[in-house]
Order: sequence, then C-alpha cells, then structure tokens
Amino acid sequence: MPKYGMVIDLDKCTLCEACVTACKLENNVQIVSKEDAAIGRTMFWMTMLTLEHEGQYPDIKLKRIPRLCFQCDKPSCIKTCPVRATYKREDGIIAQIYPNCIGCRYCMANCPYTVKVFNWDRDKQPQQVEKCYNEDVSVRPKGIVEKCVFCIHRLQKAEERAKAEYRELRDGDYVPACMEVCPAKAIYFGDLDDPHSKVFEAIKDYRRFTLQEDLGTIPKVYYLNAKD
Amino acid sequence: MSNQHLIDEDEALFRPIYHTGKGFYILAALFVFIFFIGAAYYIRQLIYGLGVTGLNQSVTWGFYIVSFVFFIGISHAGTLISAILRLSKAEWRRPITRMAEVITGIVLGIGALHPLLDMGRPDRMLHLFERGRLQSPLLWDVTSISAYFTASAIYLFLPLIPDIAMLRDRGGRFHNLYRVLSWGYRGTERQKHVLERAINILMVMVIPIAVSVHTIISWIFAMTLQPGWHSTIFGPYFVVGALFSGIAALLIVMIVFRKAYHFEGYLKDIHFQYLGTLLLIMSLLWGYFTFAEYLTVFYGHEPNEMRVFLYKFSGGYAPFFWLMVVCNLVIPIVFLTNKKLKKIPGILIASISVLIGMWLERLIIIVPSLANPRLPYKTGIYMPSMTEIAIFSAAISVFALGFMVFSKLFPLISIWEIKEGREESVYAVSKRLKEYLPGAHEEKSVEQAIKEQL
Repeated sequence: MPKYGMVIDLDKCTLCEACVTACKLENNVQIVSKEDAAIGRTMFWMTMLTLEHEGQYPDIKLKRIPRLCFQCDKPSCIKTCPVRATYKREDGIIAQIYPNCIGCRYCMANCPYTVKVFNWDRDKQPQQVEKCYNEDVSVRPKGIVEKCVFCIHRLQKAEERAKAEYRELRDGDYVPACMEVCPAKAIYFGDLDDPHSKVFEAIKDYRRFTLQEDLGTIPKVYYLNAKD
Repeated sequence: MSNQHLIDEDEALFRPIYHTGKGFYILAALFVFIFFIGAAYYIRQLIYGLGVTGLNQSVTWGFYIVSFVFFIGISHAGTLISAILRLSKAEWRRPITRMAEVITGIVLGIGALHPLLDMGRPDRMLHLFERGRLQSPLLWDVTSISAYFTASAIYLFLPLIPDIAMLRDRGGRFHNLYRVLSWGYRGTERQKHVLERAINILMVMVIPIAVSVHTIISWIFAMTLQPGWHSTIFGPYFVVGALFSGIAALLIVMIVFRKAYHFEGYLKDIHFQYLGTLLLIMSLLWGYFTFAEYLTVFYGHEPNEMRVFLYKFSGGYAPFFWLMVVCNLVIPIVFLTNKKLKKIPGILIASISVLIGMWLERLIIIVPSLANPRLPYKTGIYMPSMTEIAIFSAAISVFALGFMVFSKLFPLISIWEIKEGREESVYAVSKRLKEYLPGAHEEKSVEQAIKEQL
C-alpha cells in the first residue's frame, strides 16, 4: 500500500497563492458571502498561514506558509467523530464521508491545526464560478464539515487510467491540484514509502520540519526551510 | 369538588393542585409566549442552517454547547442531592427531595436537546444509533445521559406513587390519570415494603450514574488536544460545578414556590440554612478546583496554554472571568458566612449569582480555547446572535413552565414522606441518637427508655 504525503519547499515558494486558487476551484470550495467572511467564516482547504508578521510597510518581516490538511498519520480528528464521517484510508489519506456527517463539529474542535471548515451557509455562488464547477467533486450542502483530502478524485481517475493501460500506478500519475499548478515547483507529492519517488528524495532533506511536531500527530505534509 | 369534605393535616400541600390564581395564568402565558418566540427562531435555523448563529470557523461551539453543559449541570441538583440526603438519613430532606427530583427531570430533558440544536444536520440524528462509533466521547454522552434520564425519571416517579394514590382517593379532576399512575397502590404493608426497597436500590444506583454523566460531559472537552481543555482535573471539576449550580437552582425553586404556594410551614428557615451551608461548601470546593486548574497552567507556562490563560485573565474574556469569580466566590462567601445576611433574601441573591457565575464558567471553558487555536489564525470574535439568545430564553421558559404544570398535577412536596416523618422519624431518630451515645445500652433497654420518654 502506498502512503501518500507531500513536501513543500518554502525556500522555493513565492507566496503567489496559485495553489490556494487552484484548490478552491478544483474542489468546488464554497465562496462565502461578504457578511459571513467578516465574522470569520471563510472557507479554504488550502490557505496561506501567516506565522510571523512584524514591522510596518515597507520594512516588513513576513513569514507565511501554504497550509492544507496535514493528513496526520495519527489523526486526532477521526477519533472523536461519532458517526465515522471521517476516517483514515489504507493509503494514509484522511477522507471525509459527506453523507454521514451530522455536523456536530467535534472533529473541528479536536484538530490541533484547525484545518477543517464548516458550511455555515450555502451562499449563491458567482455565475462564473458556477460555470466552472468541477464535475468530479460533490458540492457540499450546508451543515457539514469538509477539508482537504489530497484531491482524492484524482487518485480514482489515475487508478482507472492505469488499469485501462494495464500498468501499475507510476509516480506522478496522481498529483493534487495545488502541486500541478505551482509555478515555482515548490510542492512535491507522492508515495512516501516508494524509494523511487521524488517525494522520497525530498523528505530526506535536512531542512525538513513539520508543524506542532511535539503533539505526536505525525503530519504527512512536510516543509523544507533553510532558515528564517 | 368532591375533596371538600376531606380536611387533611397537610391540606396546604394539596391546595396548589386544586386552586389556581390569576398570577399563574399570566406567568404561564408569558412563558408560553417566550417559548414560541424561541421555537420560531429554531424553525428559522432549520431552514437557513447554523449560519443564523454567531459561530465561526474557529469558534465552532458557542451558546448551545454552553447551555448544554450548564443545564445538565443543574440537573445534578436533583437526583444526586436527594439520593445523598436520603442515603445519609438526613431527616430535613423530606420537604426538599421532590422538588430536587423534578428539577432533574425537566432540566435533563432540556439539556439533552441542546446538542440537537447545535447539529448542522439534525435530520441525520439517527446516524448516531445507526452507525455510531462508541470510541467517540459524544456516544458516551448519549449513553450516559439516556441512562441518567431513565434512572432519574423512575427515581422521581417511585416516591410519587403514594402521593398519586392519595390524590386518586380524593377524587376530583384527572381521576383517571391518577388511577393509572398510582399502579393500584393502596398503602398495604407489603406495597410499602416493596416501594421502599425499590427506592433504596435506585438511590444507590443513581449516584454513580449522576457522577458519570458530568464526568463524561467534561471528557468531551478533556479528550481533545485543545489547550485549556486537555486536563485530567476536568471530570471532578465539572461534577463539583454541577452540584454547585444544582444546589443554587434548588434553592431558587424552593424560595419561589415557598412564596407562591405558601409552603412556609414546610420549608422552614433551617432548610435554607442547611442548604445554604452546603452551597457555601460547594463554592469553596469549586474555588479550590479552579485555583488548582489555573495555577498549574500558569506555573507550567506552556505557550499554547498560556495564550488561552491570558485571554481569560487579561484578554478579551477578562470581564467574564472576573465576573465569574465574583459571582461564584465573592458573593456566596459574603452572603453565606454572615449570619445577618444568611436569611432567605440573602440566600436567594447568592443562588442567583451562582447560577450566573456557573453559566459564565461554562462559557469561559468553551469559547477561549476555541478562539485561541495552536496555529496563529486570525479568529473572528464570537458574538451570539438573536437566535441563540431567543432559544436560551425559551429553554428557561420551558423549565419554568414544566415546573408550573407539574405543580398543578402533583404535590411539590412529598406528602407521604412528611407524614412518615411525623409518625415514625421522631422515634427512629431518637433511637439512633441514643445508640450513638457512649454507655453501652442493650438495644432493648434503649427502645424502652425512648418509649417511656415519648
């Protein structure tokens, strides 16, 4: 069984937010109304997290990192779900079963990274957005929790294509939208256990770190950064 | 009315059932009105979703969960206090136990509905039974609350049976209801014996269930990794807080009905003195737990914990935090240690302040932890919307209404237990007292001595 993971090279990242946009479109993540956004109900699966923010323009010291669901190896969110609406797949992806979710938001309360988002409302989407909905991903109704699932629909597609071509899944067949779109090629994605994959090479880097390492959740999204 | 010819010694306790004043109807109408406003707001929430609340992405739990913990806490007034007092053979319990048990019944019903209000998809509620995961603390909660509700409903009903039988024998309205509910109780020796045994078994059983309920509610929070929640002290801390708010609620109910239904002859100063002392003890115990909880956090100085701590102590929630300290510690201690102030008005003030303080305590536990996630997000400030406030008011109205309806159907003070106390306890207690005293009397000689004295 593969173990999918990601490496984000912060030394390459230009903070262009192409991954944020790509994710939002790929996964039909709802664009919330202005009123909802004002009280902190924005919805992002991939977002830019400001770790440090010092000084005034133009002498500004900023440290931002792209943040998605860390797909923890020992996730705390799935433990508390009362109805198995979120679970860990054999390939390590923490998946969501939207028809099961009762909207109790217990998983959100127990995610130490606060990556999960709740559909507080179902707002009318801009017409241009509605036109370019991704047909492979369901549109979530109001009242349930959602989060990044490593573009799992792309895995299904890649598997089917590989099967039709009578071959095994190769490294690079299945990549999430954020990696595909990254202009700086700062994101690596693949099977962490496969010694021939690019992500396996990247993970050996000495610059490697994860967020909140001491919690023991063992995130499968790694960052690379030489120094602050 | 057919009960006119009967003059009972405890007629005052039957009076509220047969005589209803104008004030009752006005109050009931007011509460029904508030309830309907809340119901309308809930229907609106069903249509538009949880967006009508003031919650946001990081503060995902707010008023509903606060009220849930608060109401379930109050429910401990009843069954637990009445069971402990019965078990310890405290004779002064007799006029109190019924009201305490009714509080449990009503408040538990209200509290248990709150998670449903908080659900994003209440239409999928049955998933909890269909595909529930017992590994989740939420399922533990469902289990323990239903066990507690069942046990306390039976525990309320059993001591009611002799009183229902009395009402049935008096005739009058609801005769058929009383006939069914009294289960053919005629007060024979055997029936009395069976009933007493059943009550005794239940009162022992109910105590661990009650303790487990609030422990498990605290575990909903303590089992998570959130700073400020992940604490081993939470189980007992919540149980103490529950008992604390429960006694306060019981005192308020006693004072209100004493005034409204003229129970002065039954609920005497001594009852309020004893319960007031109990409230004071719980206040100090609560203060001790709070101090222990926050001191360890402060001394450890773990950055994530400290952010929550400072948010409560000097940050956005400081006004609520210090108001809670005043309500839960300062006011009760001032009013309950001073002999001049420890009268019924003073006790009423202390009880109301404790209820406010305990509600704030639940708020202070739940919101600041969610508002200060481990990663530095920009979090919106949580402000409850009208929906949440209206539903909270409706919940309190339902509590008042439930009590009012109950008082028109059944006696609020256990009549048979008062009679039993009058007839048997004086003898039993003096016998017990004699046994405690030094000088090894033979049991028979003790009995004889008392009989001679009486």
